[in-house]
Amino acid sequence: MEKQDYLELYHQMVLIRRLEETAAELYQKGDIGGFLHLYIGQEAVSTGILAARKEQDRVITAYRDHGVALNAGIPVNLIMAELLGKSTGVSHGRGGSMHMADVSKNFWGGHAIVGAHIPIAAGLALADKMEKRDGVTICMFGEGATNIGYFHEGVNLAKAWDLPVLWVCENNHYGMGTPPSKASAVSEIIQKACGYGMPAYDVDGMDVLAVKNMVEERLVEIRKGSGPQFLEVLTYRFKGHSMGDPERYRTKEEVNKFIENGPIDRFHKFLAEQKIASEKELGEIQQKADKEVEDAVKFAKESPEPADDTLFDNIYVEELEGGA
Amino acid sequence: MAIITMREAISQALWEEMERDPKVFIMGEEVGVWGGTYAVTKGFLDHFGSERVRDTPISEAAIIGSAIGAAMAGMRPVAELMTMNFAFSAMDHIVNQAAKIHYMFGGQMRVPLVIRAPGGGGRQLAATHSQTPDAIFAHFPGLKVVAPGTPEDAKGLLKAAIRSDDPVLFIENATVYQQRGEVPDGDYTIPIGKSKIQREGKDVTLVTYSKMVPYSMKAAEQLAQEGIDVEIVDLRSLRPLDMGPVIESFKHTNRAVIAEEGWKSFGVGAEVSTRIYEEAFDYVDAPIQRVAQKEVPLPYNRHLEQLALPQVEDIIRAVKEVIK
Repeated sequence: MEKQDYLELYHQMVLIRRLEETAAELYQKGDIGGFLHLYIGQEAVSTGILAARKEQDRVITAYRDHGVALNAGIPVNLIMAELLGKSTGVSHGRGGSMHMADVSKNFWGGHAIVGAHIPIAAGLALADKMEKRDGVTICMFGEGATNIGYFHEGVNLAKAWDLPVLWVCENNHYGMGTPPSKASAVSEIIQKACGYGMPAYDVDGMDVLAVKNMVEERLVEIRKGSGPQFLEVLTYRFKGHSMGDPERYRTKEEVNKFIENGPIDRFHKFLAEQKIASEKELGEIQQKADKEVEDAVKFAKESPEPADDTLFDNIYVEELEGGA
Repeated sequence: MAIITMREAISQALWEEMERDPKVFIMGEEVGVWGGTYAVTKGFLDHFGSERVRDTPISEAAIIGSAIGAAMAGMRPVAELMTMNFAFSAMDHIVNQAAKIHYMFGGQMRVPLVIRAPGGGGRQLAATHSQTPDAIFAHFPGLKVVAPGTPEDAKGLLKAAIRSDDPVLFIENATVYQQRGEVPDGDYTIPIGKSKIQREGKDVTLVTYSKMVPYSMKAAEQLAQEGIDVEIVDLRSLRPLDMGPVIESFKHTNRAVIAEEGWKSFGVGAEVSTRIYEEAFDYVDAPIQRVAQKEVPLPYNRHLEQLALPQVEDIIRAVKEVIK
């Protein structure tokens, strides 16, 4: 890796953090509606994964998708505009926080029904396999999603059909407020992969380089024809499940323990200690991210609302006479 | 013109579309080696091979979910559900994913998917395997719901469905696979969303679709012997619902009967009759009559099952009631 590559990883993680902190403020003010699930604490996961993928690799995730969207290359302006429901938003104000996607960047959403995108990911990979393309579909989901039927049906099919999928379970310790010890037959999620005959790995999701390296290795093997593989990424969200979370299920002490060893601080320290970047350079990156998010808010606020006469746009690809 | 069965019409449509477009493929439980549980895809595996004729696990969420993913990635899957009743196991993927994805991501993704599923009662399969839940699916904008009543329409509409860039639920009826009818020679499609006058008449407008089309034709023949001239409007698709020919017919008959196989409450008849009242109230000479399934989970016993299902005699009775 070149110095610039390290700095870009740092920049992306800081940018996600700033985006999410600002989104929380805008939500409190009522500028953002619906549900808002923040990625604070989990930045190293998507940053590492997306840094490892090649252009032909599809990415699909659940509703905690802002970080993935940024890492996939969607400009922060378009993400912020989507959060504000504007016509300039990446999903034209139709999807909101939970439904961002940019097909041109091989990012397939942003899916808000827990686990429902898992069989869909198998289908994306099926198309690549049938068309003899060498892309891998990277499907991200929380550990809570491994308790729902869609997970089991999706990973079963992918293995039965030997599809090029990397299943990435982001284990942030709580499905909403319930830990795997109370919700899952096995507390070690990785064990579930064994039942489907998949090679299974885990990685420290608070270490962006570890995630990146691990995903690179997995993608090489899948591209060579290993069939689907499973990766459990151990991480932690510093904020509530969504903005309406009373957080009665965990203690401040537990949260602080993770915050003290957070992914951005850790990487910051690594870059400084290894003398890859100076404090000044890292400070400049932070300021740059601040400015980018500030500009994004301005862009989003100044963007027009979707016009009333676009309400019915894109229900169908084909125009229907006399409406739907 | 050749005279073929409904089954042959559907089979021919699939075969011809697979020959025409290499991106079309079929998947479902027992579509391959078995040749389809209703023999619709007999011979397909030998001709097209196992890549394009894919036997799936008994795993409806995986079937529809992966078909959605493959469609998003540019393929044109035709997914077969062994019966409509199994659609409930894939309900989220049909109504919450396939029907939403184009709209919710601002038009970026397309889901050119066909879901084929035979529904209906009358085969002593008891309550869980005998339903006609068409109206439920027609409730959702974003999905097209097609349900032909003749071999000609089945073939032309299925070909149109496969060529459509939108998700189409193509509802067949297992008790009329042997029904015969004239089918045009060569390649033809029938546009989705066009009702059709299947029989001209001047006394009563009989609105129907799917299996109730042949039932209505029989009823009309018998009524003709008594000097009652019935006009049959076949909806052919429930969404989009083409009310044009219905209203036009009603304006010269001033009387209507709606016949469907599903339950009456919240059904197709409720929707169609309301639209007639809304759009042609001044033309109403008699309360609109609805013929439908009795409000009971269908029993196994042959006699009781037939008692609960709408019969030709029920249609005749309703027509006589409306012209009283």
